[in-house]
Amino acid sequence: MSHDHDDHGHDHDHGASDMALRVKALETLLIEKGLVDPAALDAIVEAYETQIGPRNGARVVARAWTDPDYKARLMSDATAAIAEMGFSGAQGEHMVVVENTPDTHNLVVCTLCSCYPWPVLGLPPVWYKSSAFRSRAVIDPRGVLRDFGLALPDEVAVRVWDSTAEIRYLVLPERPSGTENMNAEQLAGLVTRDSMVGTARVTA
Amino acid sequence: MNGVHDMGGMQGFGPVQPEANEPVFHAPWEGRVLALRRAAGAWRKWNIDFGRHTIETLPPADYLRMSYYEKWFASTIKLIVGAGLVTKEEVETGRPAAGSKRETPPLTPDKVMPILKAGGPTLRETNAKPRFADGAPVRARDINPAGHTRLPRYVRGRMGTIECHHGAHVFPDTNSKFEGEKPQYLYTVRFEARELWGEGANPRDTVHLDLWEEYLDPA
Repeated sequence: MSHDHDDHGHDHDHGASDMALRVKALETLLIEKGLVDPAALDAIVEAYETQIGPRNGARVVARAWTDPDYKARLMSDATAAIAEMGFSGAQGEHMVVVENTPDTHNLVVCTLCSCYPWPVLGLPPVWYKSSAFRSRAVIDPRGVLRDFGLALPDEVAVRVWDSTAEIRYLVLPERPSGTENMNAEQLAGLVTRDSMVGTARVTA
Repeated sequence: MNGVHDMGGMQGFGPVQPEANEPVFHAPWEGRVLALRRAAGAWRKWNIDFGRHTIETLPPADYLRMSYYEKWFASTIKLIVGAGLVTKEEVETGRPAAGSKRETPPLTPDKVMPILKAGGPTLRETNAKPRFADGAPVRARDINPAGHTRLPRYVRGRMGTIECHHGAHVFPDTNSKFEGEKPQYLYTVRFEARELWGEGANPRDTVHLDLWEEYLDPA
């Protein structure tokens, strides 16, 4: 079968095409046995490719920046406040929002697997699932942030949140200066996925 | 289980390497693995904690070598064979065994979004009172269970402070063995970086974990 994805590294290419064949074989078997419905598989993939991603979280952040009542609800019951925006469910059943300030920077990790707030950020990027990030985020968070080009002064406290249970964390980044005249929609356009995990700041 | 998955505090994996403009899936098969696992999960033959443990019990060298979706694929085969949904022979040949019954899939396309939107909350009602108050000093127990646990090695035996509780949640250590949900209070516990990593750590830095009551002793 053809595969038109763009991989780097020949070994990886070989492994990837082998995986494509193996996954296709398993899918065919499960469909033939009536265990899974291929249209349901399509719907799951489509949901994560088109509907469930970091633009959801960016809308939550932008609203918190522009609507003080919403921010208060978000900080006291994040699950309910995020559900108000239409985002809920798998891997975001119990949400907590942690706020960055000039004195405090928050960073989210899952050292034991790769827990991540799917309804607001979508599926986790490869680096979030990597051994390098999972191992180092708790022992050397400042070094990890430097890998992302973010050098924090010693005076700024770093709070690392290791997602060991079913609580999922979303970082509320600082609103950048110079954005006073922007509306929520414009602000949401500035908010990156990494800023909501805590490996970046939002810049105007 | 003191497995290779319990990575917090390990060194030597090199720098974190972010990828610019990363796609949701790097190849179509990754999306199919995600979808197959969720659709097979709709048979409700296992729970999330058993599913995680199935990944943790992959051979350590495989665990480190495989990508996330390769691990999911390998563990999904373990799950569906273990649950009796398919046989090993069927996976190997790619064909249903002669005379095997054709089932009706429980997950139909119309149910996908409602199921994703509902998720699987783990908060449970309880009449119990929380053992620890906010601000209480605690010590994480030094335990080494051979099965699934969500108490990482790097905090065992260390002192922390209760920040808050989140109500009673399903306890993974028993749920992963189908020995019951055993709901109990879940606390956010704050550990000073210096308590975990020694004097080299920044005195301002902290690490916060969500830990079940049974993982903690008063200190």
